[in-house]
Amino acid sequence: MDFLNAIVALANFVIIPATVYGSQLALGALGVTLIYGILRFSNFAHGDTMAFGTMVTILITWWFQSMGINFGILPTALLALPFGIAITSLFLLGTDRVVYKFYREKKSEPVIFVIVSLGVMFMMNGIVRFIIGTGDQRFADGERFIISTREFKAMTGLQEGLAIRFTQGITVVTAIIVVAALFYFLNRTRTGKSMRAFSDNEDLALLSGINPERVVMVTWIIVAGLATIAGVLYGLDKTFKPFTYFQLLLPIFASAIVGGLGNPLGAIAGGFVIAFSEVSVTYAFKKVLGYLLPESLEPDSLVQLLSTDYKFAVSFVILIIVLLVKPTGLFKGKSV
Amino acid sequence: MKKLLMATAATALFASAASAEEIKLGVLLGFTGPAESLAPDMSEGIKLAVSEVSDSGKFLDGTTVSTVVGDSTCVDAAAAVAAGERQVTSDKVVGIIGALCSGATGAVFQSVALPNGIVMISPSATSPGLTTMEDDGLFFRASPSDARQGQIMTEVIMERGLKEVAVTYTNNDYGKGLADAFASAFTEAGGTVTVSVAHEDGKADYSAEVGAMASAGGEALVVVGYLDQGGPGIIRAALDTGAFDLFVLPDAMVGDSISDKFGDEIEGSFGQVPGTDSPGTGMLAELGAAAGYTGDAPYAPESYDAAALMLLAMQSAGSTDSSVYKDHVMKVANAPGEQIFPGELEKALEILAEGGEIDYVGGSAVELIEPGESAGNYREIEIKGGVFETVKYR
Repeated sequence: MDFLNAIVALANFVIIPATVYGSQLALGALGVTLIYGILRFSNFAHGDTMAFGTMVTILITWWFQSMGINFGILPTALLALPFGIAITSLFLLGTDRVVYKFYREKKSEPVIFVIVSLGVMFMMNGIVRFIIGTGDQRFADGERFIISTREFKAMTGLQEGLAIRFTQGITVVTAIIVVAALFYFLNRTRTGKSMRAFSDNEDLALLSGINPERVVMVTWIIVAGLATIAGVLYGLDKTFKPFTYFQLLLPIFASAIVGGLGNPLGAIAGGFVIAFSEVSVTYAFKKVLGYLLPESLEPDSLVQLLSTDYKFAVSFVILIIVLLVKPTGLFKGKSV
Repeated sequence: MKKLLMATAATALFASAASAEEIKLGVLLGFTGPAESLAPDMSEGIKLAVSEVSDSGKFLDGTTVSTVVGDSTCVDAAAAVAAGERQVTSDKVVGIIGALCSGATGAVFQSVALPNGIVMISPSATSPGLTTMEDDGLFFRASPSDARQGQIMTEVIMERGLKEVAVTYTNNDYGKGLADAFASAFTEAGGTVTVSVAHEDGKADYSAEVGAMASAGGEALVVVGYLDQGGPGIIRAALDTGAFDLFVLPDAMVGDSISDKFGDEIEGSFGQVPGTDSPGTGMLAELGAAAGYTGDAPYAPESYDAAALMLLAMQSAGSTDSSVYKDHVMKVANAPGEQIFPGELEKALEILAEGGEIDYVGGSAVELIEPGESAGNYREIEIKGGVFETVKYR
């Protein structure tokens, strides 16, 4: 019984939150890694692209809600998501046309692209804040819990409760579907293969008749989709606030780099590595150990490796270790 | 040229001779940031007192008073200092009412008010640290120090028979100050603080903090946070994970946005907020209703009182010079003298003009103790039926 209690406590406070957070990071990191692999620069505007996509989705969600359209027990935001993706795609394509295309035609150095993306980031930052404001926006509706702690305790008779929110379930399921679809697209379809070819060797791809502008366009559309989905899931699960999306840039880049920049599989693995380390390093294991160990060995202290204040530092530390020990990342990516 | 000189001289003469002038008061509150929902009613409270004094025509021989409003943001000390700097140097205010939060208050006082020798009265800064700072007698607050709130909170919790609580505090002067004050008072009274975890405001996710506190355990969770910031995030995460369902809510967590958000989910949670059952609060509620704001909202009475105290001190001193009227603030606030309630500022001005003495009671039954802060009256509140209800006064 104690063993079960320990597992439930661990699941409730570590495994479930970390899995959900990991899925959100993985989707974000996939976007970053695709741009790095195909367009060959680190896109610092990614966090704010997520914020933009989420903002559009929120506005459409509110519109739907005002018209009385809802999605039953699921959040209305899922209905609004395709529209959000479409508008974000147009926005990114517009940005590419107005900004990045100029530098691409000049064949600028990657570092110039990085700085350009920094500029784009500030612009998006401003646009999002201008339209929706700087504050918290909650847009989750529908059922809240798949299972709440109270129901779980009544069901199992355990001392510890386990809660799974609908948004957490949706996040994981959506992430699995999106990742599966992306890999099918990259590995099985003609466009996907041409994108990979373009990523592997640009000149060879051009010689074999691949249209570079088309590859770039498809990449931006996919990135818009990934960013919007990641952003909306994060916002549904937690809360939407432009500044927190900007802050997400660090764990997202850490995920992409840890997994190996340019490697989609690595991005997913990286997302989970970062999420699980962030959550478990700052978790106080007192309760779990209290259940597992005999009474005489029960810890008095919290058994917490790092105070929760240092949560953000965890991704930094992992990032540094990976860059020092294995600069190409866990999976073979391109070195930075 | 001669004409011009004469005109200038005449103007100068006229200006110095005329005692009926126009003065400006700086109002510096956190209109944006973690306590932004408190600011509007507070600002209206200040304006109500100012217009009452100004319209009476009895203030310093008919001197009129206007306000200059600035945003102290609560979290961005640089922005708060810039706003204060502008009020002092370009608007030439004769005193500042503010700031809302302790951190901003300390910053503005140290870098603007103290160097320029301007009196500053905060309606709501409660950090114990402000009690001991060097202030040349220029700093006052109409709110009590959190050292006092820590004791009150201990009493409130102990009376409900709770012995073990976890504490989370917003990582700034206010949060740390109150959490420490509470922890020492609570431990002294025989209780146990299982863990004290800091949380940063403005994060999307507090599950890590809540996880640590759940692991440490406790019968209730003391949330020393802000109602528009990390506070609700912590409560939401604690409820969702089933870690805590009883919360102790100190002053900055008491407001309609909390009861609107959680309602009966946190039924039975309790706390305290500065307040009094003195008739002043009720009078201010009526005055506020007439002026179109909530007169008895958290810190709104203190705001009215802060402005009233500053203006009455000027009247008592017969001067708008900070170095002169700073010595009169305590005098008008405390006995002896005729008691002054909200809406009676005109009467107070008359008494002072005739050289009499007043004991300003105001909306918060304010009684200033050394070194210039309110002795503190608290209202114990509890969530009943999904709304904040007053249990009793302490």
